[in-house]
Amino acid sequence: MICEQRPTLSRRDFLRSCGAAGLVLGFACLPACRALTASPVDGPAPPVHAPFTPNAFIRVAPDNTVTIVCKHLEMGQGNTTGLATLAADELDADWSLVRTEYAPSDPKVYNNVFYGEMQITGGSTSIANSFMQMRSAGATARAMLVAAAANAWHVPAAEINTANSVLTHASGRRATYGEMAAAAGRLPVPKDVALKQPQHFTLIGKQKATPRVDSLSKCNGSAIYTIDVTLPGLLTAVIAFPPSFGAKVISFDSAEAMRVPGVTDVVQVPEGVAVVGTGTWAVLKGRRALKVAWDESTSASLHSDAVLAEYRAQAQQPGTPFARPSDNTPAPATVAKTIEALYEFPFLAHAAMEPMNCVAWLHDGLLETWSGHQFTSLDHTLAARAANLPTDKVRLHTLVSGGSFGRRANFVSDYTVAAVNIAVAIKGRAPVRVQFMREDDTGAGMYRPMYVHAVKAGLDASGNLAGWQHTIVGQSIFAGTVLGSYTIKDGIDAMSVEGVFPSQYAIPQMRGDLHSPALPVPPLWWRSVGNSHSAFVMETMMDELAAAAGQDPVAFRLALFAKGEKGERAAGVLKLVAEKAGWGKPVRAGVAQGIAVHECFGTFVAQLAEVSMPDGKVKIHRVVCAVDCGVPVNPDVIRAQMEGGIGFALSALYYGEIEIKAGRAVQRNFDRYKALRINEMPNVEVHVVDSNHAPTGVGEPGVPPLAPAVANALARLGIPRVRRLPLARAGMVAS
Amino acid sequence: MSMTLNVNGTRRDFYGDPDTPLLWVIREQLGLTGTKYGCGIAQCGACTIHVDGVPLRSCSAPVAAMTGRAITTIEGLASRVAKAVQKAWVDLDVVQCGYCQSGQIMSAVALLEKKPKATDEDIDHALAGNICRCATYQRIRAAIHLAAKRLASKEGA
Repeated sequence: MICEQRPTLSRRDFLRSCGAAGLVLGFACLPACRALTASPVDGPAPPVHAPFTPNAFIRVAPDNTVTIVCKHLEMGQGNTTGLATLAADELDADWSLVRTEYAPSDPKVYNNVFYGEMQITGGSTSIANSFMQMRSAGATARAMLVAAAANAWHVPAAEINTANSVLTHASGRRATYGEMAAAAGRLPVPKDVALKQPQHFTLIGKQKATPRVDSLSKCNGSAIYTIDVTLPGLLTAVIAFPPSFGAKVISFDSAEAMRVPGVTDVVQVPEGVAVVGTGTWAVLKGRRALKVAWDESTSASLHSDAVLAEYRAQAQQPGTPFARPSDNTPAPATVAKTIEALYEFPFLAHAAMEPMNCVAWLHDGLLETWSGHQFTSLDHTLAARAANLPTDKVRLHTLVSGGSFGRRANFVSDYTVAAVNIAVAIKGRAPVRVQFMREDDTGAGMYRPMYVHAVKAGLDASGNLAGWQHTIVGQSIFAGTVLGSYTIKDGIDAMSVEGVFPSQYAIPQMRGDLHSPALPVPPLWWRSVGNSHSAFVMETMMDELAAAAGQDPVAFRLALFAKGEKGERAAGVLKLVAEKAGWGKPVRAGVAQGIAVHECFGTFVAQLAEVSMPDGKVKIHRVVCAVDCGVPVNPDVIRAQMEGGIGFALSALYYGEIEIKAGRAVQRNFDRYKALRINEMPNVEVHVVDSNHAPTGVGEPGVPPLAPAVANALARLGIPRVRRLPLARAGMVAS
Repeated sequence: MSMTLNVNGTRRDFYGDPDTPLLWVIREQLGLTGTKYGCGIAQCGACTIHVDGVPLRSCSAPVAAMTGRAITTIEGLASRVAKAVQKAWVDLDVVQCGYCQSGQIMSAVALLEKKPKATDEDIDHALAGNICRCATYQRIRAAIHLAAKRLASKEGA
């Protein structure tokens, strides 16, 4: 329904401050538009054929190309394609002429409008927070092109049609956007430009209308990631990181390392000891030759097995309350049957394909960085602090990143600050790229925290849910960070309990308690955050309760969904997946179906897995998925994110675990931190609900339902309930 | 040590440590950055190239072993099969983050050069060494089949 609202965001400062009078003022708006131009701000006046820049998000060039400026990081989730789709649809642009580029760091112009004045990509919000903003940008640009044509042709603007980057009039007049760009740039920027009614969309929600903008460059090797940046005299650095969490350098001997040909510097930085040189092989040999004495007293006694034992004990104790029955709750029913279960989840690394890295260059009183900057505004602030420069002397260049899954946005901007610290340590002699090797990346912490959930749920004599007691133990992701005040209220980190509370279900007599112990292992959000564990608990327990009540698992859930929109949308995807997959119909002998549904960041996803256990090992034959993410902006990107989310969740379900022994991460590379491979990928079938709700995200919500769907299928095969992940722990997957 | 490499049909001189993994030579000395670093221990396949037409993990192959051998990287793909594979990848929008895809494509091209009618089992076998953390596997499989189908018809010319 939000499609029909007025573009309230169009009144934001960006339209006022950027391009208020087209071309010339387009250069005067600071600092965002400045970076959009090739000419220096204080240089000569722009040439007559400069692009039409109606706002901070769109440029129409005389050659008829349209460049969409993307404020969010592309990590694979397809958001550059999505942001371009939103603007190009309202602009009536020819998709084949649409180009994209990254916005500079400027949180006043390019902030995530859901998160205040922060430029950050996360929470599956890229399309959702930009939906009105990018459409308004496109509609405004279109209105100015139409106005320019109306002036030139002496006809009313309302008589001019636009399609595929061409303006036409019934009189036979015709001009491309490129031809009208200069004239449009001289016009005032209109306010309150009406947006299209959804039935007039030409790109949004259309099948095959918007192929990915980044496919070709990623198929011929030409896409430039951080690891590919070349600059004159660029040096490479690796860091001897602390071998255990919290370890400190006592002393180091660089003599041997400095003798390695190609090693130019060995410098101590807050992150450890950096070895700098002319190439990766040289600095790796230098790092091997480096001798560092470490004080490992901080976490010498830290073992994940002992942490788990401690968490189990805490799960039996009252904690900080996150849910209590409200005063007007009906009196509790008499419990006839109780189910109790303890669930255990390991640390998980993100293991993005491109290990963390950043290029930093100090020169001429400036700092420039190149990286897959995800928490752009914080990276900017912390880079400036590390370089001891004001933020207006720092320029971030955002590059496409080889995955992230949350890792590239963190509260300390670790890879960015490391690069800057090294650049400072070598006194800005040359640009330098810090490259985490795979072992550094996997061993660095910032894990999805370990969690233990203890649940006790009761049914009344009629098989209705009568009560629910839920205790969660695990590190708070936000405690002690710059964003703590956003998510922690009354001692409860919302990200620790999301998916349990609030929930898509109306659970009677809900009592929730949280323990948030601190550990020297830095925690971080990991694709779907709290839902990565809460969905498993809720959706496997629902199945157990349905079985105990003698009810069909789908019917049991349908009766329990919360009243209102959320419950209806959850029911919608559950029913859709049940229908499409043939829920309840006989499947092949030895194959069982399992089902799960979960709301994650406002998106509703249901998944059904068909599973067998030939030779005692789990085999998943197919997964059917239904997703309601509001208006489906790019249907094929949505399907891709569901497919990928399912594969990512399967990696964790099968293999994902970082163990810690004596403070050190045990699994550090893909030999032991295993990832799903092609032979293990099930056939995935995705059904996208044609919804007219405001769009929500798809990068993360495909992950949570998969593991409980598989676990529920295993239970129907007669396998004892799985309550500790990953399955490899129980020898249930081929290794 | 100095030696001559044959990369993408061009002779390139190399001076340096003979133990240097080919990956770093290709990327940092020859400037061919389409081949990626992912693990350094031949587990992920992001660094896959062809040596005499056979896929090889360049992160674990010393440059000294490359004398007299023909090296092909993603930038040097030119065969009819290679073009069909890359086109199928684009047509099906296989990529997500894209970082592993050079390696995936190199493995797929080598497979179809050898087995034009690759089965699902052949694909599993040939591409199990290439990790994709975005899990684009379903589309990778579909793209290989699409390329094979086009190559078998006149479309793949």
